[in-house]
Amino acid sequence: MAVTGIRPEAVPGEAIAGRGPWALAWARVRTDRVALASAAIVVLLLVLAAAAPLIAQWSGHGPDDRFRDIGMTAQGLPVAPNGTFWFGTDRLGRDLFIRVLYGARVSLVVGVLSTGLAAVLGVAVGLLAGFYGGVIDTLLSRLMDVVLSFPYLIFALAVVSIAGPSLTATAGVIALYSWAAIAGVVRGRTLSIKEREYVEAARSLGAGDARIMLVDILPNLLAPVIVLVTLLIPAAIVFESTLSYLGLGIAAPTPSWGNLLGEAQGFSRVAWWYLVFPAGTLLVTTLAFNLLGDGVRDAIDPRTERLFGRRGGVLSKRSRRGKGRDGGSGAAKTMEG
Amino acid sequence: MNLLEVDGLVKHFPIREGAVLRRTVGQVHAVDGVSLTLAPGETLGLVGEAGCGKSTLARCIAGLHPVTAGKVSFDGQDITNLSRSAMRPFRRDIQVMFQDPYGSLNPRRRVGSIIADPLVIHGVGTPGERRRAVSELMERVGLDPGHHNRFPAEFSGGQRQRIGVARALALKPRLIICDEPVSALDVSIQAQILNLLKDLQNDLGLTYLFIAHDLSVVRHVSDRIAVMYLGRVAELARADELYEHPRHPYSDALLAATAVADPDVADRRARVVLTGDVPSPVDPPSGCRFHPRCPRAREVCAIRQPALEGTTHLTACHFPIGPDSPMGPDFPIGPDSPTRPDDERPYGEGGAGWR
Repeated sequence: MAVTGIRPEAVPGEAIAGRGPWALAWARVRTDRVALASAAIVVLLLVLAAAAPLIAQWSGHGPDDRFRDIGMTAQGLPVAPNGTFWFGTDRLGRDLFIRVLYGARVSLVVGVLSTGLAAVLGVAVGLLAGFYGGVIDTLLSRLMDVVLSFPYLIFALAVVSIAGPSLTATAGVIALYSWAAIAGVVRGRTLSIKEREYVEAARSLGAGDARIMLVDILPNLLAPVIVLVTLLIPAAIVFESTLSYLGLGIAAPTPSWGNLLGEAQGFSRVAWWYLVFPAGTLLVTTLAFNLLGDGVRDAIDPRTERLFGRRGGVLSKRSRRGKGRDGGSGAAKTMEG
Repeated sequence: MNLLEVDGLVKHFPIREGAVLRRTVGQVHAVDGVSLTLAPGETLGLVGEAGCGKSTLARCIAGLHPVTAGKVSFDGQDITNLSRSAMRPFRRDIQVMFQDPYGSLNPRRRVGSIIADPLVIHGVGTPGERRRAVSELMERVGLDPGHHNRFPAEFSGGQRQRIGVARALALKPRLIICDEPVSALDVSIQAQILNLLKDLQNDLGLTYLFIAHDLSVVRHVSDRIAVMYLGRVAELARADELYEHPRHPYSDALLAATAVADPDVADRRARVVLTGDVPSPVDPPSGCRFHPRCPRAREVCAIRQPALEGTTHLTACHFPIGPDSPMGPDFPIGPDSPTRPDDERPYGEGGAGWR
């Protein structure tokens, strides 16, 4: 796979700078247009979500403000997208655009919070299981199996009926659902890394278990964990939407993409925008995160198979045709296909 | 007094079967009763084929594997199977240099921090002192101290092995166990690393246990050489003595297999070619472990294990090569003998007569 960002030959008179693994990864990301576009979408979304209150103030539409006069038709139905309400209004005459933006805040916070929690828990459990092996490994691995085979919707139902629907409960349920996947990968990597000679070297120097795990093994786990996290965030966002749609996640009036979709389903015949905009945003967000995750995986860990894209992936045929059309974009492009 | 004494060291690895109720179904006899001594400032070479237990022996001495039986003492103190905390002070004195210049350095860490590792682990010096120590060490082993911020991937194999040397030197150890330190390097680079090790020994009074499978490498650096076969020492002698008058048929075969640059010498050499593979250490042969492949083997070899005997030139063989062989000087002679006894041996300066 050609990487155009890396100059193949030394230039006379110019010092050859060494690059660390992260610099190399960045150089690879920079040449990956799909990943860059996805990153741009993710960043745009983050900015919009962060700026939601400002946008609400600027437009004069609060997330819970009802506009019975201009936001509803004479029959009391939602108003279609127009200059005032970019995404139209919802069943109570609220600005759907602002509500989708506020929903993004919830979705992103839940996605990042739950995945972060899952990453910490998963790395800790996986590292301990892989490093110590034996009884500890057996116990922790069986625990992972149990967690992976849990019926999560029923579990979420139980949690909500006890603790009531809230952001923390939702994030907690999602974290509990996704840490085992991270732990499994981390355990596998740890099993192989702990047999490397540099771990033995550290041991021969008198390093303790904690030091070996944190200083010698953990940095080598960072790459797979980062990749996994970027792929788990969209899964968490979708799961949050599912829970909220079913009324088990974020409760109204706080908007989230899931409960917006839940509200919208009764209006699909009269107000298409009510369903299309939250669903579309959700789709674009998860797709962007997934493609970004793939790009990051390619950049950090070039040996693994790719889900979408360059070689043999789901999108490879289409993207190759697309590249053929835009013509002379250089030799590297052809090689990428 | 000897710096290191290994007495009857045994290391068996259990082979376990079963997923839930694991039971031991066999033992890998990796090291089976090895005794060695190392005098201060000496280099002891340890040679043998792959799988003969030389690396396991090194790891047992370094306290990386628990020992099944036997005793390891360092500087007069018993260090066999010490707890991790009890072993800690000895780790400063005993350092290990590993074979693989790629695998023994963490690819995600900068070279300076790798070399400083032993200092950090043993709490030596302040951060500033450590930085200075790393610079000095890098200079000492022939690296540019300005490169401390680089990753191992930015160095060549030989340079990485120098990084390994610097790390091993950081705590000013007395004994360095070199586990095939040059086997993974180009021949031209091998000499550089060997000379570096030699210089460091002269300057710092280091003691080396030098492991290799290549006899010509070991000869270059060793004062004495121990030849291992299937977990036991077959022969232990001064380096020149072993090269010129090998007494164990296995040493003889190993020497015959080493490449010689001079074609005339190579032609004059006997071709002692061993048949078959090294037997499994799970079920080692009875008696002398070399007997199934030995050109001189008799019935007794399959029954009785030969002791490692001799004063300075120790051999574990019932029928050693040499003038005092109990089978007569001309043994072995026979149509099916894989050796050509009338060949002139390059290392047979004692004359073909006594063979």
